Amino acid sequence: MKKEFICISCPMGCPLTVWEENGEVLVSGNTCPRGKAYGIQEFTCPQRVVTSSVPVRGGEQSMCSVKTDKPVAKTEIAKVLAAIYGASVKAPVKVGDIVIPNVDGNGANVVATRRVLDRKK
Amino acid sequence: MIKTCDVAIIGGGPAGLAAALSARKAGAENVLILERDSFPGGILQQCIHNGFGLHYFGQELTGPEYAQRFIDEAENTDGIEILLDTMVIEVHGDKSIIAVSNKYGLVNVQAKAVVLAMGCRERTRGALSTPGTRPAGVYTAGCAQRLVNMEGLMPGKKIVILGSGDIGLIMARRMTWEGAKVQMVCEIMPFSSGLNRNIVQCLKDNDIPLYFNTTIVEIHGKERVTGVTVAEVDPKTRLPKMETARFVECDTLLLSVGLIPENELTTAAGIEMDRVTSGAKVDAARQTSVPGIFACGNVLHVHDLVDNVSQEAQIAGENAAKYALGTLPVADTVKVIPEGGVRYVVPQQLVKGEGNVALYFRVGSAYKPARLTVKCGDAELKTTKKQIMTPGEMEKVVIDLGKVTGDVTVKVEEA
Repeated sequence: MKKEFICISCPMGCPLTVWEENGEVLVSGNTCPRGKAYGIQEFTCPQRVVTSSVPVRGGEQSMCSVKTDKPVAKTEIAKVLAAIYGASVKAPVKVGDIVIPNVDGNGANVVATRRVLDRKK
Repeated sequence: MIKTCDVAIIGGGPAGLAAALSARKAGAENVLILERDSFPGGILQQCIHNGFGLHYFGQELTGPEYAQRFIDEAENTDGIEILLDTMVIEVHGDKSIIAVSNKYGLVNVQAKAVVLAMGCRERTRGALSTPGTRPAGVYTAGCAQRLVNMEGLMPGKKIVILGSGDIGLIMARRMTWEGAKVQMVCEIMPFSSGLNRNIVQCLKDNDIPLYFNTTIVEIHGKERVTGVTVAEVDPKTRLPKMETARFVECDTLLLSVGLIPENELTTAAGIEMDRVTSGAKVDAARQTSVPGIFACGNVLHVHDLVDNVSQEAQIAGENAAKYALGTLPVADTVKVIPEGGVRYVVPQQLVKGEGNVALYFRVGSAYKPARLTVKCGDAELKTTKKQIMTPGEMEKVVIDLGKVTGDVTVKVEEA
């Protein structure tokens, strides 16, 4: 089955057509090698980094921003967001602290992306 | 409170932090950052999505992570002080500053050099004069971004977004991921000013329609927004074609309709402004028309990448330090003049000298392919062809300052 994408590798935004033939993934419409690589990735396993915020208990701020520390499969985004929606952290938090380990079952952790210090007494 | 310093920096966002660090590295003994928010980091604090730092750090970071690297370095550097919750109300040509703060009261600062790094703010409904009632539920995209990402509050459930700038696109995905239904994004122009990858990853990924040549002609609702009237516009006149008007139900309208450099302090200080950028006119050192006052970041011209802000701020900070130490060279200046498709160039002036200098510019519409020519009189300093130039992406060209003998023109045309 042929799939169509817009390449995001540069501002050109080439319209790509990607399909599989005899076990090989083929790309047309690209004007450079980066476009081909992007097309193949999007066709075989599109991935995204998911970012959000979680509530903080006892912190200087009420929310702490988080992300998945590696891209997760696009099909897993809803599951990852649901897990983040139920999560919270306790201050102090530093960048990189794990909030939810192995959130997608494939080794991606949800980690803090900002520092939140203890609320001053 | 009375303070003195070598370099005072107004604003503790990405521009101010980078300027402070490079001013200190360039020999300024004490650097003071004045920040009106309770935390440093500026707008990056609410830009929790990733994609920052690819050029500057060679890796993809989220906004808060990008900011934290500079905050950590500033906090660990002796000679850099950050005054938070402190709002500057006046800057003067003698490099004195008046600020106010709940904690410190009236703050008088006497600096040897000043860096303006106040950033920009969003255009609002008032700037568009959109007809209709005045209900709750009309937000700028950045305001909604702060509410959702930093306060944990959802502005609405059924959203229409006007304007396809990057913040609008990012918020389309963010609101969808938080459970809202984003009905559509309307863009009055025939193209988006947002980055291509945001159109793909924010809109296409989430099946959100983007309508070009389309605007909102009326806002409905008494207490709360109940919907908007959407109409196509004539691409030439940009006037709405009322026969195409249709009602779209929503409880929230987000506006992503442009950013304005926040230059009240700059104009009050009598600094010469560029009418196109709405920022100060500067030379390659990012020095304004008032000697010793420098500008960088979104207060100078609106950037699309924070990486470029950091680089520009380093230039401003380093030269502010040199000015404070009395080592900034003074020489004749020439003008840099935009031509053809080029809307503006920063810096607007060049001080004659040696070495390479980078010119940053933006085109007014898409050129595919584009031919760029930089000339000084009849002499061609540089000519290149590029596959595409769009208004959404800032362009850069490096020229040899040694060859600059008079005014420089930067021209883009269809190749």
